[in-house]
Amino acid sequence: MTLPRTASQTVGPYYTLGLCRRPENQLAHPSRGDAVELAGQLFDGEGVPIVDGLIEVWDAAGRRWGRSGTDAEGRFSFVVTKPDALPRQAPRLDVFVFARGLLRHQLTRIYFPDEAEANDRDPVLSSLDEGDRATLLAEQDDGALRFDVRMQGELATVFFEH
Amino acid sequence: MSEYAEGSPIVLPDDPSFGPEVQVDYPGYRSTRWRAPKRPLVSLPEEFQDLDGPVFGAETVDESDHDLTQGHHGEPLGERIIVSGTLQDEDGRPLPGALIEVWQANACGRYHHVVDQHPAPLDPNFSGGGRCLTDADGRYRFVTIKPGAYPWGNHENAWRPAHIHFSVFGRQFVQRLVTQMYFPGDPLFAYDPIFTSVRDPKSRELLVARFDLDATQPEWALAYEWDIVLGRGGSGTTPMENGR
Repeated sequence: MTLPRTASQTVGPYYTLGLCRRPENQLAHPSRGDAVELAGQLFDGEGVPIVDGLIEVWDAAGRRWGRSGTDAEGRFSFVVTKPDALPRQAPRLDVFVFARGLLRHQLTRIYFPDEAEANDRDPVLSSLDEGDRATLLAEQDDGALRFDVRMQGELATVFFEH
Repeated sequence: MSEYAEGSPIVLPDDPSFGPEVQVDYPGYRSTRWRAPKRPLVSLPEEFQDLDGPVFGAETVDESDHDLTQGHHGEPLGERIIVSGTLQDEDGRPLPGALIEVWQANACGRYHHVVDQHPAPLDPNFSGGGRCLTDADGRYRFVTIKPGAYPWGNHENAWRPAHIHFSVFGRQFVQRLVTQMYFPGDPLFAYDPIFTSVRDPKSRELLVARFDLDATQPEWALAYEWDIVLGRGGSGTTPMENGR
């Protein structure tokens, strides 16, 4: 017997009432020496910032989770330390993107720029062409990490089946 | 369904070729146009489906968080209701200890949110957010007021049917679900492209709660029952009990 799954519906523009009642964007305490800010912007297919999006990140190796709504410039931000690597994979964060206009949330990944060797060996990252791969790599940005998400377009972020 | 009736060019005919999944790039829902990914999704190795997801403990939830009618100076206006149900996976296994979060408009169809400028009154006694953990049998229960329908500007004379937003964390990362629960008999279903973005009529019906007379509390509240079914994640290899 298999029960039919409950279908997805958009998070809509007012999700903060239920999902942002307190700050939940610190996967690591900011006072830690190795803690860095991970920030970026969420863009639609016209390059317009998505101001009612929600980003959830999950470090499966360290079992740490966080989420950040986007602000008036489409910005989200987290405090993180680099996750440990799962066996035979490069360190990464799994990312869900929610927004008005997304009838189901989308899945992507954030890999780390100072892990060139592990990234080259990662089975998922190494299966992508160079352009796609670049969309999953955070960039060093003056001591912080920057990771933008583009829903559509030539530089569209790679999204995964889930 | 009155497809393509004048003034409602937003409901596409049911077409089995769409499959039961949500039509993510759905022409009737304008906001999907520049937001839904256009390129095919990339598939991931099977083991990804097995990743455990975040676990939320009792500290996540206060005792009163499941009751949206509490926490203000007075009682909210509107029809008091109880919404409860079972969270399970598609093998029928209940999911205990799962975090369920809800948010909704007030009885007049207005959200307590700066972006919502619908000219309907705010209710100082209703914020519209709640959360709870499922119990040992995978059951959840909220006390709230029935939300109103509201206009939303997607197309001419567009109104959302009354609904409560639900966010659910299962055991596995890929079981994450955000959806909306509707109320039986709503005349707006046929005109709502968010509801009809679920292309399979049977899947749509499953988004509609059932009025439950047995669960009503006489002289106090009506009750609706709504079960939620998550995918099984990667545990599909787990041996099933006989007959399941």
